[in-house]
Amino acid sequence: MLMFDRKNKDLRRMEGKKLNIDTVMTVLCFVLLIIVAICPVGMIVYNACWDTTTNTLDLAMFKEVLLQKENIGAMKNTIVIGFMTTLIATLIGVFFAWLLGRSDIPMKGTMRWLFKIPFMIPPFLGAMAWDIMFSARGGYVNRWFMSTFGLEKPPFNVNTVIGIIIVEAIYMFPFVYNQVVAALERMDPTLEESARIAGAKQMYVITRITLPLVVPAISSGMLLVLITSLANYGIPSMLGFSAKIYTLPTRITERMEAANGSFIGIRQATILSILLIIVVGIALIMQNRLLNVGRYDIIKGKSMRPTLIKLRKAKYPLLIFSMLFLVIVVLAPLAMIIITSFLKAYGLPIRLENFSLKNYHEIFFRNNTVATAAKNSLFLGFSAGFICLFLGVMLSFVIYKVKPKGRGLLEFMAVLPYSLPGTVLAIGCILAWSGAFKINLYNTIWIILIAYAARYLSYTLKSCSASLQQVHPSLEEASRMCGASRLQSLTDVTMPLIKPAMISSFFLVFLPAMRELTTSVLLVGPKSKTLGVTIYQYRAGGHISTASALAVVTIAIIMICNAVIGQIVKDRKGI
Amino acid sequence: MAEERTIQIELKHVTKRFTTKTLGEVTAVNDFNLKVYEGECFSILGPSGCGKSTTLRMIAGFEDLSEGEIYLSGEPVSIKKKNLYVPPEDRGLGMVFQAFAVWPHMNVYKNVALPLKVAKVPKEEIKPRVMKALKHCSLDGLEKVYPSDLSGGQQQRIALARAIVINPKILLLDEPLSNLDPKLRETMRFEIKKLQQEFNFTIIFVTHDQSEAMALSDRMMVMDMGNIQQVGTPTELYNKPINKFVHSFLGQSNFTQVIAENGKVCVKGCTTPLPVEAPKNMSGEILLATRPNTIEINHSDGYKAKVIKRVFLTDFSQYLVDLGGGQIIRIQTPHRNIFRQGDDCYVKFPSPMWYEKGEEDDAERAKRMVI
Repeated sequence: MLMFDRKNKDLRRMEGKKLNIDTVMTVLCFVLLIIVAICPVGMIVYNACWDTTTNTLDLAMFKEVLLQKENIGAMKNTIVIGFMTTLIATLIGVFFAWLLGRSDIPMKGTMRWLFKIPFMIPPFLGAMAWDIMFSARGGYVNRWFMSTFGLEKPPFNVNTVIGIIIVEAIYMFPFVYNQVVAALERMDPTLEESARIAGAKQMYVITRITLPLVVPAISSGMLLVLITSLANYGIPSMLGFSAKIYTLPTRITERMEAANGSFIGIRQATILSILLIIVVGIALIMQNRLLNVGRYDIIKGKSMRPTLIKLRKAKYPLLIFSMLFLVIVVLAPLAMIIITSFLKAYGLPIRLENFSLKNYHEIFFRNNTVATAAKNSLFLGFSAGFICLFLGVMLSFVIYKVKPKGRGLLEFMAVLPYSLPGTVLAIGCILAWSGAFKINLYNTIWIILIAYAARYLSYTLKSCSASLQQVHPSLEEASRMCGASRLQSLTDVTMPLIKPAMISSFFLVFLPAMRELTTSVLLVGPKSKTLGVTIYQYRAGGHISTASALAVVTIAIIMICNAVIGQIVKDRKGI
Repeated sequence: MAEERTIQIELKHVTKRFTTKTLGEVTAVNDFNLKVYEGECFSILGPSGCGKSTTLRMIAGFEDLSEGEIYLSGEPVSIKKKNLYVPPEDRGLGMVFQAFAVWPHMNVYKNVALPLKVAKVPKEEIKPRVMKALKHCSLDGLEKVYPSDLSGGQQQRIALARAIVINPKILLLDEPLSNLDPKLRETMRFEIKKLQQEFNFTIIFVTHDQSEAMALSDRMMVMDMGNIQQVGTPTELYNKPINKFVHSFLGQSNFTQVIAENGKVCVKGCTTPLPVEAPKNMSGEILLATRPNTIEINHSDGYKAKVIKRVFLTDFSQYLVDLGGGQIIRIQTPHRNIFRQGDDCYVKFPSPMWYEKGEEDDAERAKRMVI
């Protein structure tokens, strides 16, 4: 009797007569994605093209905005900075990847550890540190050079396009490094050995065999840098505002703030946003093309320890050079922020008598900024993490297991907000959630949460779907054969199997959300300031040493979270 | 016969030790002394982790020695004491790797031309030489194709063409056939042999496949746990294995525990002497080693035993025969002398071999598998 019952239920399900879990999830996915992804993007396009005061299609403004001198300059800067950053970051990244992946340079462990730091420090804090050191107006390093060598003019000026390029390259070369070092480690070492035995010298092997084989890895790292740089807000805003150097993201934010709610201002910002989307979109299309082109099969054969190339005489000079480089680009900014955070006021000479705990006292006790900002950031990090995790698991399940019609569309919608520059996403959220659909979340923390959820959804989707695709359908089928329902097999079989991926994808969202600036800077209200924005505003208000103190606290919070996560993920690996 | 031939490769007291974090020091290759003559095909045979690949990589120059000296064509290439080390690219060798290691970003022609290009061979000479090498490896017409569009066998031929294009005196082959399917393996084996006869290469061939080694080599070496077990021609090694390991590694073996006393040999736990001549200088508990296909089995003559199982295999019959005392041996015969399960039978051992009863050190073997 029971058997027939179940059969009938399944038959009905097959005919689609009864609402079942699959349909519910599919519909829910569509609805949620339309809310978080389509609404903001749609509102940007609508506002850019539609003049609501006269209710007519208006494309004339495009021309006007595009021909403005400042906007042309911003566009030029964006592209110059994007390409130069990519070039420099690639050179540095490939060099270090080869050095650590293939040569016998000592202290690899230390260097690998140092490479992780730029990932932990938000780039805008790094930019702030570089500004403190190398700003033409009173940068500490500049002042030291001037007093030591009796120079009339400051030797360095970081508040230039070149300065922005260098700082961006320093914070983005790990993208290239990570991709290339992974490819080198996977590479079959006999590909290189066979060239050596054929009579090729070391340099020939590097340039003709090793590098061409990792070209796919290099170029995907390069495009990652290019896309990040094009959409970057933190570094050009920290370094460029004082010298009136704008890139598209900073110009959009500046327009948006200058508009102060005026309709024309918002329209200008949306039009610039569309421009930025086009620029970044081209880079994204290139990236997709590249990922789809067949990669070389360089992982073959038995795994053997790759023979490390002996650097011989070059060993110690290279070691000194690399350590010096890493100390300057990684540790010096960190030290500078810490020192500044103890200064009574920014600009005072670095002497013991000028040190105090005044700034910490200020942020901890005078106006409990730390408490509010940390609370907001932690709340946002956790809730965005959980929302993205829930959505990501559901989406990947729907896309890869339920396979409804239009799953390509679902995937596209999920990745769409991630491809948008953070600035553009923020404007979209403002336009969509400030009453346009009778919901006004402006100035609350919820609008930031929606933006974060949209922005980081693709992280959890990617990680969960990769893991879900490895769960063979027969595992679920086996549980169905044992009498479990669809939902039961999902919770008892599938979910436990992808649990490790779920845990790590939660942190993939939590960590960047903790240090976010680009999106939140446009979305914060008086009560919803995040850590990043608070630091940014302190600095913009000239309280650089207070900003540094808060920066130190932020970095400490991020590092603690990182260490905790490292521990959790390590424990989970055994499963 | 070997004496008047030129020595092409010579290893003197070559030792290689690795230090691993978990296991401490492991000797991968222990005090090797070896001479390989010009035009010889010499194979190194042994189970995984025995040190055979390490030996080859030391000859190629990819691994440094811990001790000892290596000479190629009379020239020293690695001498630990003098810290002399010639890098692989200056040793003038040809080598074929197990995973083919053809460069996926170059087409067939460029793959094969690279050794000539780096050797600064004049441009006009390169093309005819590449074409000749490709022809020898039956790859003509595929110059413009990229390796990923070719089969495993064709990729292996590229690797072979690339190794022979510079006319090396010495060709090193590191399990070159183990990634191919059995049929292709046979063809490639034949082609390698043909090339060797044509160009008179000295070949060092590393493999764990005994039939491959037997078919290809003039002389071979069996090694285990970093030590040379025996060096000789394939027939010598098969017919006169020096110890139990070599016996069991080449061909099929029966090892029977026996007790030799007063010129008589009995199966352990039995009293009837076996119809064999007792070994001269061994006594007590020893091992009798036999090949399943050399044992005679009949209805009346020899040592009485019991058939416990008969398996009809395609080309021969296989019997499992109980000699008493729980000692069971395998016997292979043509499809004559049909015995059934449970029948009594009589066996004779025309070519017995005797070994000391050795203990297998499984822990040591497991440890070596890691390196």
